[in-house]
Amino acid sequence: MAILFDIIPVLLSSILSGVFLNFLFIPPYYTLHIENSNDILLFSMYLAVALVSSVLTAKIRREERKSRLKEEQEKSIKLYNTLLNSLSHELRTPLSAIMASVDGLRDAKGFAAGTIDADLIDQIDIASQRLNRQVENLLNMSRLESGLLRPKAEWTDISDLIFSTIRKLPEHRQMIRFHPTVDLPLCKTDSGILEQILQNLLINAITHTPQHCEIEVRCIWDKDRLSILVEDNGPGVPENQLNEIFKKFYKLPQTGSGGTGLGLSIVKAYTEALHGEVIAENRKEGGLRICLYVPMEATYLNQLNHE
Amino acid sequence: MNKASILVIDDEQQILKLLKINLENQDYRVITAESARLGLMMAENHAPDLILLDLGLPDLDGHQVLRELKKWYQKPVIILSVINQEEDIVSALDHGATDYLTKPFRTSELLARIRAALRHNNKIAIPDCNRFGDLEVCLEARTVHRNDLPIKLTHTEFNLLGLFVRNHGRVLTHQYILREIWGLNAQNETQYLRVFVGTLRKKIENNPNEPNHIITENGVGYRFQ
Repeated sequence: MAILFDIIPVLLSSILSGVFLNFLFIPPYYTLHIENSNDILLFSMYLAVALVSSVLTAKIRREERKSRLKEEQEKSIKLYNTLLNSLSHELRTPLSAIMASVDGLRDAKGFAAGTIDADLIDQIDIASQRLNRQVENLLNMSRLESGLLRPKAEWTDISDLIFSTIRKLPEHRQMIRFHPTVDLPLCKTDSGILEQILQNLLINAITHTPQHCEIEVRCIWDKDRLSILVEDNGPGVPENQLNEIFKKFYKLPQTGSGGTGLGLSIVKAYTEALHGEVIAENRKEGGLRICLYVPMEATYLNQLNHE
Repeated sequence: MNKASILVIDDEQQILKLLKINLENQDYRVITAESARLGLMMAENHAPDLILLDLGLPDLDGHQVLRELKKWYQKPVIILSVINQEEDIVSALDHGATDYLTKPFRTSELLARIRAALRHNNKIAIPDCNRFGDLEVCLEARTVHRNDLPIKLTHTEFNLLGLFVRNHGRVLTHQYILREIWGLNAQNETQYLRVFVGTLRKKIENNPNEPNHIITENGVGYRFQ
């Protein structure tokens, strides 16, 4: 459609120029008649040349516009990346220094001698790790908001990804279980983004359920999409708030301190970046269930026997 | 006993100072440089045993520093990065970096990486039989035992395990492993690698779902320990 609109003015102008040629330069002058057969040939040739050149010009212009747009986009991506990188550098460097100091103190002679208070050092450590997670969330959020996130799909072993995400979670007092599905195919997805989604879902579950709760991760492959369910047997969420929890900076009224209300909104935005959807519901048995549905390419190569 | 010399190239004074303290605590000799140019010069003058290189230097892009270094410097370079973007890390590893750490990191992690990198570089001939917890791998005889029970591996599975053992403690990128085991044409066939790692884990890990030996570094590769 857009092409048609682009082409119509150039066609019009080339035909008009043909008509002008006829009117002004082909005898009899100042009429649109053509009497001489040579002049008919001349006129049609002129018309053909005008048409071809105008269509070509239009095409070239379109390409130019496209490449200019792309250039501008690339420039803004580059600028944004530079900004994010320097922000990330500024926030993480002091954190690295704090954590390295903590490690240094634990290693120091005074520590073994008991003149350094181990409890205080632990508190600095816990605080810096918490700060680090918030920095991560804020950086992720701004990366998402920039609209410049480009998911990169690669073959991923989903069970492996879930296990390694669980392993890297901060210390927690809940029981996290994951029973991998036996016939799960290899899936093509952006494993970095999926890891962030899972990590946020699990951290959300550990921050908002009492100790000794059970958190269960389940994973199902259904035709062309992957479903990951994260369930807990905590207090759940009031029915009328279920949709709210994915909104940015939203926190349930009764939740105490801690958290910025960013975690689940990042989950939602990242899931959408993978063309998936995420839904929260209360379980009949009590507790919250978050369902993640992400369409992806898969292969059952891993079911074949090798060699 | 350590006494290996380490050059740290990072533009952050505070990080340099702390790394120096923490590394000297472990008896490493530490020299520091706050810019890429100074770092390159010191690498040439002091010929350190290992270099810790920050990727975000103000005067020259870290990847470029790495390329310059790798023209003549044969010893291990460990990348420090605040950008936990896997592409950057993979690119550095594929251009000759030995390993990487993303800031903020734990000193214990840093020390483990340094030890693995130095061991790998010193070419202390890897002993024929190597023990990793419940696992014993003999490279020459091509045998594997778990809890003293023999495990049967296929030819390719053993090649893969052998590559892991020879590089234990170090991260290996997907592309590197594919190139080493299946050749140049297989560099992008990551799905095969996933499958083989899966079957290898089923055979050598106590619980293949919670692997203790072949650790996944998401988006980058695997680390054997």
